[in-house]
Amino acid sequence: MTAATDPIISIDHVSHYFGSGRLRKQVLYEVSARVDPGEVVILMGPSGSGKTTLLTLIGALRSTQEGSLRLLGEEMYKARKSQLVRLRRNIGYIFQAHNLLNALTARQNVQMSLDLHPNLTAKEKKTRSLEMLEAVGLLDWANYYPQELSGGQKQRVAIARALVSSPRVVLADEPTAALDKQSGRDVVEIMQRLARQRGSAVLLVTHDNRILDVADRILQMEDGRLSTVQREEVIA
Amino acid sequence: MIFAIPLAWLQLIREKVRLLVALAGIGFAVILMFIQLGFRDALFDSSVRLHQALEGDIFMMSPQSTALIALDSFSRRRLLQAEGVPGVESVTPIYISFALWKNPADRSTRSIQVMGYDPSQSIVSKDLLPDSEALKLRDYVLFDRDSRPEFGPVAELFEEKGYVTTEVAGRRVTVGGLFNLGASFGADGNLVTSDINFLRMFDRDPGLIDMGMIRLDPGANVDKAIALMRKDIQDPNGDVLVLSKDEFIAFERDYWQNSTAIGFIFNLGAGIGWIVGMVIVYQILYTDVADHLAEYATLKAMGYRNRYLLSVVFQEAVVLSILGFIPAFFLCIGLYQATENATSLPLQMTQERGTFVFCLTMAMCVISGAIAVRKVQEADPADIF
Ligand SMILES: Nc1ncnc2c1ncn2[C@@H]1O[C@H](COP(=O)(O)OP(=O)(O)OP(=O)(O)O)[C@@H](O)[C@H]1O
Ligand SMILES: [Mg+2]
Repeated sequence: MTAATDPIISIDHVSHYFGSGRLRKQVLYEVSARVDPGEVVILMGPSGSGKTTLLTLIGALRSTQEGSLRLLGEEMYKARKSQLVRLRRNIGYIFQAHNLLNALTARQNVQMSLDLHPNLTAKEKKTRSLEMLEAVGLLDWANYYPQELSGGQKQRVAIARALVSSPRVVLADEPTAALDKQSGRDVVEIMQRLARQRGSAVLLVTHDNRILDVADRILQMEDGRLSTVQREEVIA
Repeated sequence: MIFAIPLAWLQLIREKVRLLVALAGIGFAVILMFIQLGFRDALFDSSVRLHQALEGDIFMMSPQSTALIALDSFSRRRLLQAEGVPGVESVTPIYISFALWKNPADRSTRSIQVMGYDPSQSIVSKDLLPDSEALKLRDYVLFDRDSRPEFGPVAELFEEKGYVTTEVAGRRVTVGGLFNLGASFGADGNLVTSDINFLRMFDRDPGLIDMGMIRLDPGANVDKAIALMRKDIQDPNGDVLVLSKDEFIAFERDYWQNSTAIGFIFNLGAGIGWIVGMVIVYQILYTDVADHLAEYATLKAMGYRNRYLLSVVFQEAVVLSILGFIPAFFLCIGLYQATENATSLPLQMTQERGTFVFCLTMAMCVISGAIAVRKVQEADPADIF
């Protein structure tokens, strides 16, 4: 395990390419960054600049092609596929679309992420799922199916699902994009509060200027290159 | 993950209409398979009903005979020769032929199988043919009450009056009793009569018989007796065939299985049912996977292995096969019953066929699952962000 001062995510000269041969196109150029435990970092940038690509690399959904990418102290460059799948279990994902399982109730959706941790009993898993739904203010909706929930409620279930197993890292790709102003704000605040409580680091991709105040740091991505910016610069 | 959420099951029951369509499709395939295989077996079983009922140890027939419906006659002397073989208790010559039977109720005619033998000997068990006393009378016959209904309400009339008169092969005969054998694929109905009555009916050379039944002394060695008969009677003359009872049954069954298109046709029918079922299940599973692709990708992003998703699809396949099979199975028991009543063919649900069709159903679903499952590989979590 890593010591408390070690970064949870450390990215060192990571480049990424799509396609092959003449169609090969570079989308990330020697990106370097780090995220420490408990930190909330926002990643901004124009469309097509490579934010999602970077997030999928960190989330062990793609293989690192060049450079070094360490998650929880484990090197992902040249890591085996099974190692990547195992690493994913330490990450809470929140997608732009909620991506809940339609055949499952809110509570069962949350519980799916606990099923990956076999040392819990069925009862414990159920209680923890319900507690988590309570934390996002949806206890009364635990037995509803995704179709019966509003967009903001679904996104809150998705947050509950991502956070219920207390992951060390939460990755969120434009979680508020499909929501109105107020529910977007609520969702981000819930996310920030719960991540703080659990000491999870958060890396949040957003276009939404109104939620920048939840961040400890803001990173800016432009044409596949990363730079740190001050909050004031962005808001101005 | 024993206490894990049963995703396969929940996904199946979430889409009620799709589930019902799937079950109806599988049920249809199961019924088709049961009907085809059931008919096939019923025809084969019915064709050897007489063979099984005959209480002989060894049988003799002409090598030109191919089946009960295509018997060639042979010399009665050959059978009498067998009487001299050590261990033989008795020999019974049997005459078999088809004749036109006149329905006593509506006077319509239909071909019926007639068997003639010496009524002082019995050829089938008392359960099937309790009383052959009447056969000692001139132009008396016994009627098979399990014959097809087209022969008329003979059993009812007989029970009412104690006798029924009608015409067989243009000759007036009296039904003086009943027995139970059942229609076969080759014969819709059966009559038995004495050898003397038979010869009156058919004007045949009494020295030529159609089948010989040989009974051995209790405890005599069947194989030894057969070997002797083959050596002394069959081989030197070449005009008879000596068969054990099992061989005799197998000979008839073999004719229907291999020398007619019946086996092929019914197997083909069952095969088509199987393929139709497979296509239906594949369609259902494929649509199901396609609908859930984004969800499956999400599960992969959460750290679920490919193996988990494959098992979800296979569980769905297995659940579908079981849920589809059960109602169809019970429906088929009823169908068999109805068919048996309508056709007088021996059609029953056997454990063997039930298991066989269940395995076919399971294979059908699992194979479609295996094809549909390739779609799961397309669920790439990197694409859902
Ligand atoms: N699977 C892929 N194959 C080929 N090119 C891709 C693929 N995914 C993304 N790209 C390209 O890589 C570049 C970066 O894409 P990415 O999705 O990371 O951008 P983004 O910053 O997330 O944009 P947005 O804000 O619109 O979501 C884009 O030019 C895109 O066209
Ligand atoms: Mg993006």
